[in-house]
Amino acid sequence: MATATHNEVLFGLYDDEEILMDAVKEANAQHLTIMDVYTPFPVHGLDPLLGLKESRLHIAGFIYGSIGTMTAFGVMTWIFTRDWPIIFGGKPYWSVPSFIPITFELTVLFAAIGMVVTFYTVCGLGPGVTNPTLDDRITDDKFCIAFRTNNSSEEEISSLRSFFDRTGASFINTKTI
Amino acid sequence: MGPTEKAPNSTWVIGFIISVAALTFGVFCIIYSIWVGIGSWNLNRTIGWGWDITNFVWWVGIGHAGTLISAILLLFRQKWRTGVNRAAEAMTIFAVMCAGLFPLIHMGRIWLAIFIFPYPNTRGPLWVNFNSPLLWDVFAISTYFTVSVLFWYTGLVPDFATVRDRAKGVRKKIYNFLSFGWTGSAKHWQRWESLSLILAGIATPLVLSVHTIVSFDFATSVIPGWHTTIFPPYFVAGAIFSGFAMVLTLMLIARKLLSLEEYITIAHIESMNKVILLTGNIVGVAYLTELFIAWYSVYTYEQFAFYNRAAGIYWWSYFGMMACNVISPQIFWVKKFRRSSFVTFFMSFFFNIGRRFERFVIIATTLARDYLPSSWSYYVPTWVEIGIFIGTGGLFFTLFLLFTRVAPVVAVAEIKSILKTSGDQYIGPKASHHHADKAKVEETSH
Repeated sequence: MATATHNEVLFGLYDDEEILMDAVKEANAQHLTIMDVYTPFPVHGLDPLLGLKESRLHIAGFIYGSIGTMTAFGVMTWIFTRDWPIIFGGKPYWSVPSFIPITFELTVLFAAIGMVVTFYTVCGLGPGVTNPTLDDRITDDKFCIAFRTNNSSEEEISSLRSFFDRTGASFINTKTI
Repeated sequence: MGPTEKAPNSTWVIGFIISVAALTFGVFCIIYSIWVGIGSWNLNRTIGWGWDITNFVWWVGIGHAGTLISAILLLFRQKWRTGVNRAAEAMTIFAVMCAGLFPLIHMGRIWLAIFIFPYPNTRGPLWVNFNSPLLWDVFAISTYFTVSVLFWYTGLVPDFATVRDRAKGVRKKIYNFLSFGWTGSAKHWQRWESLSLILAGIATPLVLSVHTIVSFDFATSVIPGWHTTIFPPYFVAGAIFSGFAMVLTLMLIARKLLSLEEYITIAHIESMNKVILLTGNIVGVAYLTELFIAWYSVYTYEQFAFYNRAAGIYWWSYFGMMACNVISPQIFWVKKFRRSSFVTFFMSFFFNIGRRFERFVIIATTLARDYLPSSWSYYVPTWVEIGIFIGTGGLFFTLFLLFTRVAPVVAVAEIKSILKTSGDQYIGPKASHHHADKAKVEETSH
């Protein structure tokens, strides 16, 4: 991720996601360590090539949802059986069926808020965050592979440059982010 | 993307002025009814719910199409949704805001609205009644609003980043703030897709639950005509119907105003008209089922309630409801009409009006003739109630028009991923094949 400060980055832009995928495969074959890949839209099939594991966001969502379920049901149970029991329409204090709607709503609410907050936190995104970008065209229609070159020798950098040339990058540049 | 970067055209300005004028009038009426109390409305002891709750249910229903389009159609992998989902989601949020206003104003003493939330208080603590459908509504609507906003904004973040990277100066700063520092990293995209899918997954039962709970406001009462088990599915189908009608109205306007004919195509309109036809027939079946069950129940009060709806003092609203919701959608069996944007635009007004008729029939007609003939009454809205309704219309359109200026109205990143861009420099068999698509994407983003 591009969160560490002062990274020397060498990056190449590709015009098409299929050329990008081929380039990533080529980089894997040559055991080059890709810092990150930036794309204007989610490119399917890229994750396994980059060795990204499946996101665990859904597990987090399940946990948040469960907390919501227990909170809602627990609080209503406590209020209506312990704190201030009231009989409504001759029904029992602990009238489970009428607790279901609110329990459901809070499950959804907790899961949604929890997941969204988690998403922005783990991605290092949020209001007021400014992440350095390599090139303005990445969010438009270019696909980018970036290598970290902090401690790279001239030789390594030139081999990366030739890698970009070979794999059909339309634009190559360096940037400190 | 174009509309966010250019000065508004004159049609937009005129529309905006009208909307703001309506909004101003509405704000005045709201202040007036808070100032003098809701005695300024024509509600009385018999008819406790009038236009306010009619409007509430109507606006909530309109909101449903947005979530339906963005969530359910995402789960069904319906690709056509990408042209319209962003605007439909925005519509949901604005419609729910309008809806939420009505129960608040109806409280009369709006500054005590916090009492509806269960919080430890100095009154005992005296808690709210968790067995009441009206309280379920509070949770349903606020959850629905929150989840819709989160879903919508998460979808907008990558598009705001696109605007940011094309902008300069102050605009760049603003959009940088809005884009949350989005970079387009592969891992972020992976999590973003995962998040969108799960939010869609939980929004789907949520949207069904919301109008189900709204229908519980009526169905759990013991009022003949309300006390029916058919209400939840009937309300949900009706909500989808009214939502799609409003989406059509708005999309056809936005399509013209912003020249989006390339992205919101006749095929979109046809698909939505098919949904209208289906849900229109579902509510039609529901109306007839209600009548049948009333007759079949051999229950005098139930029978009277429905006889009164169809042939009583409010017969005109029942007639309007039937004509607009059941009979008029039948026109869409004809493919030619289904694919005509003019016919669709014209008809969408009928559908929108028909939905209000239905809510009015359910609420006012039923309350006007209750068990005791001595308390029978008649209700027509006052100018204040009409003004508040016009005001919410103004609020809705003001927000929608502002939205078309600030944010990309079509989901740019999603469109790109569907069009599968291909580079001009890429020499290969795919290059020429994808060329047409590429041109389209260029247009989207410039």
